[in-house]
Amino acid sequence: MDFLRDPIGFVIQWYVFWLGGLGLPAVWVELIAQLTGALVLATGAMLFVVFLIWYERKLIGRIQDRFGPNRVGPWGIFQPVADMLKIFTKEYITPIGADKITYNLAPILAVAAVLLLWSVLPLSVTVVGADLNVGLLFLIAVGGLGEMSYILAGWGSNNKYALLGAFRLVAQLISYEVPLVLSALVPVMLAGTLSVTGIVQAQEDVWFIVAAPAAALIFFIASLAEIGRSPFDLIEAESELVAGYNIEYSGLKFGMFFVAEFLHAFTVSLIFATVFLGGWRGPGAEQIPILGFVYLMLKTFVVYFVTILFRGTLPRFRIDQMMNLNWKVLTPLSLALIMAMAVVGGLTRGLPLFWQVLAYLLVNLLLLAVTDQLMRINQRKRARFNLAMEMGRGILTTSTKHGTGE
Amino acid sequence: MIPIAWYLIFSAALFCIGLFGALARKNAVAILMGIELMLNAVNVNLIAFWHYYAQIHSRPYVHGLAFTTMVFVVAAAEVAVGLALVISAYRRRQTPVVDELTLLKG
Amino acid sequence: MNGLQVVFLLAALVSLFSAVMVVSARRMMHAALWLVLTLMGVAVIFVTLQSSFFAVVQILVYVGAIAILIIFSVMLTRRVMEDHGDQILPGWRAAALVAVLVFAVLVGFLALWQGFTTLLVELPSDSDNLLELGKALVSPQGYVLPFELASVLLVAALIGATTIAVDRKEEQSR
Repeated sequence: MDFLRDPIGFVIQWYVFWLGGLGLPAVWVELIAQLTGALVLATGAMLFVVFLIWYERKLIGRIQDRFGPNRVGPWGIFQPVADMLKIFTKEYITPIGADKITYNLAPILAVAAVLLLWSVLPLSVTVVGADLNVGLLFLIAVGGLGEMSYILAGWGSNNKYALLGAFRLVAQLISYEVPLVLSALVPVMLAGTLSVTGIVQAQEDVWFIVAAPAAALIFFIASLAEIGRSPFDLIEAESELVAGYNIEYSGLKFGMFFVAEFLHAFTVSLIFATVFLGGWRGPGAEQIPILGFVYLMLKTFVVYFVTILFRGTLPRFRIDQMMNLNWKVLTPLSLALIMAMAVVGGLTRGLPLFWQVLAYLLVNLLLLAVTDQLMRINQRKRARFNLAMEMGRGILTTSTKHGTGE
Repeated sequence: MIPIAWYLIFSAALFCIGLFGALARKNAVAILMGIELMLNAVNVNLIAFWHYYAQIHSRPYVHGLAFTTMVFVVAAAEVAVGLALVISAYRRRQTPVVDELTLLKG
Repeated sequence: MNGLQVVFLLAALVSLFSAVMVVSARRMMHAALWLVLTLMGVAVIFVTLQSSFFAVVQILVYVGAIAILIIFSVMLTRRVMEDHGDQILPGWRAAALVAVLVFAVLVGFLALWQGFTTLLVELPSDSDNLLELGKALVSPQGYVLPFELASVLLVAALIGATTIAVDRKEEQSR
């Protein structure tokens, strides 16, 4: 019964027990157990990408009113395997003058940074990689480490276009880290701890998306920008900038970037589900831990579905529109949100939970409404300004035409 | 279970390597890298001493941590402005080598 | 020789080796990468000192922002023949002598301190320190004044860096 309720925890306990029985000192047992856990988690995540690639391609196909891959195996489920075989057998073409260390380090660092994110997320009530008490900050810091890999890729390719693509991508990633961190502060304020397991524990009465929908929205948009996904994908705009930082990569090195991007999209959905949607919480998740894992996967797939919907339907941003959105909308909104939440939290300290959550919710909706209104006013002003510019230009050209007598 | 001596010797060594880098390198960005090494060594030293004093006093003792926070902030600000200066000087003189930036010389 | 000591020795050796490579690497990009490795080694040392918060802040601020800034400026200040010349100034022997002297003086004076060989034991609780640090940074009897000055410094650095790095030619041609 214990095995059925909590297979992962059961296997972990049995494994540690077996290692202890081998007669090794305790510190070695712990070390080997943790290394094995890391290995299993990393391998599992990478193997899961195969399913993710199939899921995404089918879904995007359906959005675009076509079937998606359906030749290789029933419903095309072996399509990613075929893709992987193709990528494994391609030749590595290293450009002349490429800096060998940076060129080869970049794909490894990209995948490593994404896999590190999985280490602090609680997969059920008993299963967590490393229960850091600064877990949320660790997630954001490791995301910053992943940005380094894009610069290395752009520089190591010895190619101006790769370098330009890498510059633009890193500018986008660094800019969107600001609203990401600021909006991640809101669940930290609500839970009172930076640790991810603590944040999940604190969501036992109400999910944080109910108490802080504005923060969830900003976090989601900033995360989408952090993973370089549409509509923020001008760096890998396949039809425009000749694929950006990974032009000169072929074969498995390119495959590594590809895997890193898909896995990052799923991991970011996982982080969102953990921080805002209550993680493994659900009816009966504490008594039956495996149910917690199932709930978490369901929530993550819902968020991942929304991510793919965004990718399939929204057109791409220009870089100036993207920077506008970040610095003029998201950052002031998240700063105002933190201050408002802190004030409301202080005012409603002794009240029962329902009124607290209602107050938080109202403040969030108020801020969203104010932002929406300001954006509309700004849009109207800009439209009028553009119209005036057009008319002015029109008058100028017509008068010049008459002047030169054409 | 580590003697504080190890941390202090490590931070002194890192500081001196950074000092050598700041004094003996041609490229302005390399000098800034040496300065960053020195600031990191200072941080290690501060946190080692914070740990020492926190285990002597029974209640939480955060003066070392506050100092470290300030060092982080100052390092970030200094690197940003320093690199802006280096890039601006590069645009004027087309060289990042410090001993060719001699416009004010005698 | 317990686990923590092994971890510290490994991290210290990696950091010092990378630091030596930073100051002696021929190509600037390699020096920047060695700097990243040094900063990560220092983050591991922060973890052994039980300040995991500062380890994560080190990675977030130093590796995630400052190292990227340094890499950007290395890329923007390239000269054609720069990576192949001599990267050390002529007076480097004197600088090495000064560095060794400073090291000897520092270690000498520290060894004279009576607490030099105390063992650092594990502190009772980690998260309390973070809470107390947060309270100390905003309490009037604590460090609120340096905190506010630090924010003013950051704003000044932001404005200053933007002003210095703006391209003057673009403004003149307008």
